Amino acid sequence: MMPFTETLYALVGVGLFALGLRGALLRRSLLGRVLSINVCGAGVFLLLIAIAYQGPGVPPDALPHALVLTGIVVAVSATALALALGRRLREADHE
Amino acid sequence: MNMEFWLPALIVLSSLLPGLVIFLLREEQHRFRTTLNLVGAMVKLLLVGLMIWGVFHERVFETRWTLAPGLDLVLHADELSVLFVTLSTLLWLVTTVYAIGYLENTPHRSRFFGFFSLCVTATVGLALAGNLFTFVIFYEMLTLATYPLVAHKGTPEAVRGARIYLSYTLGGGMLLLVGAIWLQTIAGPLDFSQGGILGDIEGLDPAALSWIFLLLITGLGVKAALVPLHGWLPQAMVAPAPVSALLHAVAVVKAGAFGIVRIVYDVYGVEFADSLNLLLPLGVVAAVTIIYGSVRALSQDHLKKRLAYSTISQVSYIALGTAIVGPVATVGGLVHLVHQGLMKITLFFAAGNYAETLGIHKVSEMNGVGRRMPGTTLAFTIGALGMIGIPPVAGFVSKWFLGVGAIEAGAAAWIMPVLIASSLLNAAYFLPILYRAWFRDAEPGSAAMSPRKGSLETHAFLLWPPVATAALALAAGLFAAAPYSPLEWAEIIAVREYRE
Amino acid sequence: MNSLPVWLVVLPLAAALLAVVMPARSAWIGVLAGIATFLVAIGMAWQVAETGTLIHALGGWDPGLGIALRADPLSAALLVMSTLVALASGWYATGYFTDKDQQARFWPLWLLLLSALHAMLLSADLFNLYVTLELLGLSAVALAALGGGRAAVAAALRYLTVGLIGSLAFLAGVALIYARYGSLDMLFLARVIGPEPATWLALGLMTAGLLLKSALFPLHFWLPPAHANAPAPVSAALSALVVKAAVYLMIRLWLDLFAPAVSPDLAWLLGLLGAAAVLWGSWQALRAQRLKLLAAYSTVAQLGYLFIFFPLLMALPAGAARETAFGGLVLMALTHGFAKSALFLAAGVIQQRAGHDRIEELGGTARALPVTTFTVALAGIALIGLPPSGAFLAKWQLLSSAIAVGQWLWVPVVAVGSLIAAAYVFRVLGYAFGPGEGARKALSDGREELPALLLASVATAVLGLGAAAVWQFLAPMALLPGAS
Repeated sequence: MMPFTETLYALVGVGLFALGLRGALLRRSLLGRVLSINVCGAGVFLLLIAIAYQGPGVPPDALPHALVLTGIVVAVSATALALALGRRLREADHE
Repeated sequence: MNMEFWLPALIVLSSLLPGLVIFLLREEQHRFRTTLNLVGAMVKLLLVGLMIWGVFHERVFETRWTLAPGLDLVLHADELSVLFVTLSTLLWLVTTVYAIGYLENTPHRSRFFGFFSLCVTATVGLALAGNLFTFVIFYEMLTLATYPLVAHKGTPEAVRGARIYLSYTLGGGMLLLVGAIWLQTIAGPLDFSQGGILGDIEGLDPAALSWIFLLLITGLGVKAALVPLHGWLPQAMVAPAPVSALLHAVAVVKAGAFGIVRIVYDVYGVEFADSLNLLLPLGVVAAVTIIYGSVRALSQDHLKKRLAYSTISQVSYIALGTAIVGPVATVGGLVHLVHQGLMKITLFFAAGNYAETLGIHKVSEMNGVGRRMPGTTLAFTIGALGMIGIPPVAGFVSKWFLGVGAIEAGAAAWIMPVLIASSLLNAAYFLPILYRAWFRDAEPGSAAMSPRKGSLETHAFLLWPPVATAALALAAGLFAAAPYSPLEWAEIIAVREYRE
Repeated sequence: MNSLPVWLVVLPLAAALLAVVMPARSAWIGVLAGIATFLVAIGMAWQVAETGTLIHALGGWDPGLGIALRADPLSAALLVMSTLVALASGWYATGYFTDKDQQARFWPLWLLLLSALHAMLLSADLFNLYVTLELLGLSAVALAALGGGRAAVAAALRYLTVGLIGSLAFLAGVALIYARYGSLDMLFLARVIGPEPATWLALGLMTAGLLLKSALFPLHFWLPPAHANAPAPVSAALSALVVKAAVYLMIRLWLDLFAPAVSPDLAWLLGLLGAAAVLWGSWQALRAQRLKLLAAYSTVAQLGYLFIFFPLLMALPAGAARETAFGGLVLMALTHGFAKSALFLAAGVIQQRAGHDRIEELGGTARALPVTTFTVALAGIALIGLPPSGAFLAKWQLLSSAIAVGQWLWVPVVAVGSLIAAAYVFRVLGYAFGPGEGARKALSDGREELPALLLASVATAVLGLGAAAVWQFLAPMALLPGAS
């Protein structure tokens, strides 16, 4: 049985993922969608952090932390790309 | 150079390679193109001659190439393939000469002769196919190679006719493919064997075999123009005359009929097919096609369309021959493969001459044509008489054997009326043409009155082919009993196909 | 020389950096890198054929903490295809981009895409797969938007959004696997994975992500606009390679890694979606007004065929029959890669010469651009699945397997799909041979048309006649339960 804290983190992560997914699919503005995807990402990261927990007093497993860091980097780059494209789209629309 | 392995492959390559080169030639290089064409045809004829000699002396020629697990490309020379290959090669040579004359000064000749060569490659390939897989491959390639030929003129009617042709033949090809895959899946990879092979395999479900037969025959029946799958054939008349000649006599329609022969004899085996009650429906469809084609031919004024419906009718004799169980009927069907080819190509050549030289496309315009173009009309007459079944032209021989075969098999009751009716109908739509051509005077001002341009009634390349094929049709009938005749060859094949 | 796999990743990556630093020479760098990677891929495939699967531990660290690269016959075959397609498309691209700025931006992204693709095909670590998946997606999106027009940018944006959702789902699945088994190394996991709820959930998440990325019906909506509006060489890579990578991952997961855990029922679902993709994609391709849109929908359809193989492979017992079917699947993927890239490159030539790619106005193309028209015909033959293309043999095996296991549903689907494909291919050829002006601008040099012709010939002649070699090459692979 997983300890309560870990389960809570994991569930919140799943919930964030679901919320983000809903936003990404349903929101109409680009910024809204991008933010929703970031929320999705946050959910998955939270899940990973929960997985890293190995018990009180025990150092957490480093590997999921590494995964989270990589994921954050990817998410930031992707967000930047999305916003840049969105800007380009805005310019094209105003011509 | 291991001849036994390479000869079949070389025969196929002898038209493939020139064809590919021809595509790259510029329009103006017509002398080179002509040379290439004729040299290729001669080489092929030589190689086929070698093959005939070899097969007669019991040599085994086989090219085998594994394409996938369980799927071998096999080119194999047995008596039946030799029969069809010889016919194709000979008629290709003749048609090439004709086409050179017919298409003089028209655009896109390199494209035409390139696809022409591919068409013959595919025909020869499927003639030499040693198993159903190889047959299907070349069958589809034939569709691809003939489509541009049908559409060659580029007019809206040509494009439309070609599209109809394509839809029919690709659909048929798909049915054939599914049937072939199904058969191979349940029975394993099978080479064509004389006498059939399915009867020997244990544990095959007869219902599945019947369904497969239906798929295969329907797929083949599209090209063989069995009713009701014949709709593409009259539409394909928009093709130039050499194309129609080749398509009808040798390539497409014959390929379908040849396929039916292969399926019944060398896959199922005629007695086994009969035991599954598959041959009676085939015979009925063939009989219906024979009558229907002839009836429709009666009402066509356009000469090529009349000949098209005549083809629909005549090719089904071959199917009828396979549907009657008995070596005599088999001989009749097989030999008609050759005879109908010779006669029909003569008729189409003649029709092309009338159109090209005099601008005559309709029967009603043909009054007095015999005086203006005696050579062509003589050839036409021989072909027509053969179609009706009048001796000594070859058509009589095939019909005779079919009739006797029907009597022997006890099916005379319904087959004889069909044969007799067909001959009568043939007479009804051919004799009036002959009458008009020979015995009616040309109307003043009509095309038949136009003067000759040279000493011959038309371009030499247009005159000699029909004369040659008419002579061959006559010879095949007169000398049917001679050794190496098509009849003799058909008898050898027929004997091998029956087990007892 | 176990380090060949590393070179396949490092070469394009280094070249990408070089291209950023030296933009004036970027085309040269790109083409040279393309040639080099192709040769390495051939060499590696040769090695795999001789000695079996190659495994290379990066940096000498053992898998577990370190990352391993693994080249087995499946990866090697796909890598040969990718490098050749990339080489030909890159060669075409040198003549395609007239704008110096666009050229300078194209090459680094292109080489980055290749590097990510190669890394993915060679990955033996689940997280590495995620990273390469993201890299691949980001570079593909950037390339798709390179054309600049509003349509292209909008399509690229949608592609990005969809792709990110897919990757995150994939990552969630990876996380679950780690939580349950404590490792991300695929070689280790292959031994310990078993059928349990955690595994199913992980597989479900990863599959959902991959289905989005492989544009399986009904999640295909993003593909046609993205592929149709991208520059021609990019479209070639997107349809032939990027989308294929997602399908490759599906194969890896379902047939290799998660094999003990998959259920035939789910495989049936994949097959049904694939069938729907075949019919819907082919139908939409027939209705398409533009050549590139036709090609994009054709990709949707062709990928459907690949998914139909899944329920068949599950239903076949281990042995020769399954090996034959698997070879058919790979052959189909390879043939499509070559044929589709050829079609897109040819469409690019037509678009640049005629100023547009509207199918109904393609009259005269056959006369003006004979080589390109021939290329379209060859590629079309492979897409329809007619002999002598490799796709014909693959379809034969597909139908044969379907009949053998009694899954008759696929037979009419494949037959109808092929006939509709014939309809749309011949529609294009019909217009091309019709009257009209064809190319308004003359060809500057034939160099433009050759890469496409090369690719189409591989699809229709080389793979058709030499297909037996593919089966032989793949024979050592052991897939699905009961095979090892």
